[in-house]
Amino acid sequence: MELFTNQVLAGIATGAIYACMALAVVMIYQAIDHLNFAQGEMAMFSTFISWQLMQWGVSYWAAFLMTLAFSFVAGIAIERILFKPLAKAPVLTNVAGFIALFAIINSSAGLIWDFTIKQYPTPFGSAPFLGSQLISTHQAGMIGVTVALLLALYFFFQYTRIGLAMRAAASVPESARLVGINTSWMIALGWGMATAIGSIAGMLIAPVVFLEPNMMGGVLIYGFAAAVLGGLSSPFGAVVGGFLVGVFENLAGTYIPGVGNELKLPIALALIVSVLVVKPAGLFGRQIVKRV
Amino acid sequence: MTPLLNVKDLRAYYGQVQALHGLSFSLNEGSLTTLLGANGAGKTTTLRAICNMVRSTGGVEFEGKPLNNRSTESIVRFGIAHVPQGRGTFTNMTVEENLQLGAITRKDSAGIVSDIERMYAHFPVLKQRHTQQAGTLSGGEQQMLAVARALMLRPRLMLLDEPSFGLAPLVVRDLFGILGKINREDKVSILVVEQNAQLALELADQAYVIETGRIVMSGNAKDIANNEEIRKSYLGY
Amino acid sequence: MSAAEEAIAEGHEAVEAVPKRAMTLGTGTSLVVLAALLVVPMFVKNFIIFQMTMLLIYGLAVLALNILTGGSGQFSLGQSAFYAVGAYTSAVLMEHANINYALTIPVSAVICFGFGYLFGKPALRLSGIYLALATFALATAMPQLLKLNFLEHWTGGVQGLVVTKPDAPFGLPMSQDMWLYYFTLAVTVAIYIFSVNLLRSRSGRAFMAIRDNEIAASSMGVNVALYKTLAFGVSAGITGVAGSLGAIAVQFVAPDSYTITLAISLFLGMVVGGVGWLPGSFVGAAFIIFVPNMAESISKGLSGAVFGVLLFLVIYLVPHGARQVAIFGQQLVGKLRKN
Repeated sequence: MELFTNQVLAGIATGAIYACMALAVVMIYQAIDHLNFAQGEMAMFSTFISWQLMQWGVSYWAAFLMTLAFSFVAGIAIERILFKPLAKAPVLTNVAGFIALFAIINSSAGLIWDFTIKQYPTPFGSAPFLGSQLISTHQAGMIGVTVALLLALYFFFQYTRIGLAMRAAASVPESARLVGINTSWMIALGWGMATAIGSIAGMLIAPVVFLEPNMMGGVLIYGFAAAVLGGLSSPFGAVVGGFLVGVFENLAGTYIPGVGNELKLPIALALIVSVLVVKPAGLFGRQIVKRV
Repeated sequence: MTPLLNVKDLRAYYGQVQALHGLSFSLNEGSLTTLLGANGAGKTTTLRAICNMVRSTGGVEFEGKPLNNRSTESIVRFGIAHVPQGRGTFTNMTVEENLQLGAITRKDSAGIVSDIERMYAHFPVLKQRHTQQAGTLSGGEQQMLAVARALMLRPRLMLLDEPSFGLAPLVVRDLFGILGKINREDKVSILVVEQNAQLALELADQAYVIETGRIVMSGNAKDIANNEEIRKSYLGY
Repeated sequence: MSAAEEAIAEGHEAVEAVPKRAMTLGTGTSLVVLAALLVVPMFVKNFIIFQMTMLLIYGLAVLALNILTGGSGQFSLGQSAFYAVGAYTSAVLMEHANINYALTIPVSAVICFGFGYLFGKPALRLSGIYLALATFALATAMPQLLKLNFLEHWTGGVQGLVVTKPDAPFGLPMSQDMWLYYFTLAVTVAIYIFSVNLLRSRSGRAFMAIRDNEIAASSMGVNVALYKTLAFGVSAGITGVAGSLGAIAVQFVAPDSYTITLAISLFLGMVVGGVGWLPGSFVGAAFIIFVPNMAESISKGLSGAVFGVLLFLVIYLVPHGARQVAIFGQQLVGKLRKN
């Protein structure tokens, strides 16, 4: 039993990573209706920016805030320059664009900062949290930040005019234009916010997985999985999905014989797919009634 | 007097297909004008072209200011509220959020709050359901919501696309009564597109009849309603 | 409800409707292309012949995805798994059972068809992004499964298997590469003709009806479940054949040759070629074979970035892929004829 509780705890700790990424995924999905395959790379690049700032002597929190602002602007710029021209192109062409962006960012980061792994600091320290060996203060801090972010997003979307406008633009674009909302800018804003949230995820994850250009590959997949599991229309679902995926993954690694590190990912994904077969819109997603 | 809305030689296209062939008409401040015609005559396209939602050429002027080449969302800011066909409800938001969205371009939060109350007075059913998801409302209630949402803009001109579509006759009577009241009391000019010509002519003061993308008849609504020949050949009742 | 869900709910699928006539080339053009494919190898070096062989093989794999996505509107990131199963089927049969290479290909086709069909069953419940995730899971699992210890005796584990390249039969005076090229070409032409006819048949119309509007299709009496799984099966079967040919051409199979990267490449090939346009599959295959090499030669350190930029250029210029170029060319020829 103790093994079980410990594994669940450890799962929650890794789950915080996925939850954070899943929030960014849901954010962009709400704004643009696609999963952005380059999102992990964008987060990685932002994290490198903050690392570079710290190398130049900027303090952690100053670098954190500067990176947040940089990411927000960069996200908007990427949408305006690269993806706005593709707005009328087919969906699959847009997906190809995300893959192209992935290749560009990954390769550029490799050239600028090379592929050796780098230590990344944590503002929360890495002592055991409340005496538990399985969860460190950093991981506890990460869970805290994720929950705070979720609350902030909830407040933003429920109680601000711009949040309301963004939701309207995403759900019925034509009607949104008819009440005077500039839907094209709402999409750009969505990119900016998603990129900023992604950068937070990157900076929180980096102390755990170490900083290198390929650090987000696995994390993004789990983030996607978590978002899909929770229901792509629900930020709350994304966070719950993140923790569930973390726990799933750890329990599968512990209790299913012959599952090494290698098979953890496929098994976690297979479990998620089975959940989706039963609940196709995810655990907290809205079930859509189809009309002809 | 300059007309509130002046449409001149309007042509609209869907891809290669031309839907409007040089349509001209105008509408005076405070009037309630109806645009009649059969299915596919180009009524909806006319409203969409005014708001620049289809590719079009020709002149559309609002109080003498040209609207062509402006985006849909900036045309709304002139005070033109468009209730589209199918109502355009934000189905996954609450009734109250739908109303707030109608006023999203306004800055006066106190005015918005009092206007929401005014809408609830006009449409008591919306007040009962203000926290409900708008998608769960009935067709008639959603049409009320769409009109209320448009009014939240405090528009100078309201464009209504087939408000009677799919509604029970009694509900239509109700709705048209409210439209007349809004026109008289709130001084909102209205352009309403209808298939139900009889009802629209009872309500309107001015009428245009369009056929295959052209205006074929215009005049005082009562005169048209009383002219049996026109009624038979164009309006089919 | 987000706009995407709305779009799906309203029946606007991610794949545009392509009329079935527009999915292929005219007979005249096809014959010219075929003649060129027959003649060119006689005048070029062995390495180029090998690359042409690979182009046909990847072209087949992209074509298979095109039948699934462009034909029936289902999206898959798991094609690398079917490709791997095909490749290993041939390799194992050839190296462990000494079966002739040509005979392993129909076996691969059947095994992969069955695999795809079975996978398509649970996938029936999923669409769009959810299906992408499920197929993605399959693609990531496949290399790991091939590495499993208890399969190592047959699969060679991480090391993989070396496959013997066949000689030309009947004492034909041609190199192994050239023989394999013509062999691949024959298989490709056969599958291409099969695919064109499939899409023109009753089943093809059923695929497209499902792609354009699933609910309307089912209300017209199309057995949606059957045809969707069938599309998966056919697609997997063709991908398996491509995998077999690939294993023979490269003379080697190993788990890490068949990662998600392969599936993504095939997807890009489909987009560049034009979703739903079968001949475009081979244009797309050329893109995924040659453009990465080109990027590498432009800049070693930044090859990924160069590739990304080139890909962006292509999708800006022709967001509908090579199909758009073909339509444009057709219109141009039509105008010239008039004048």
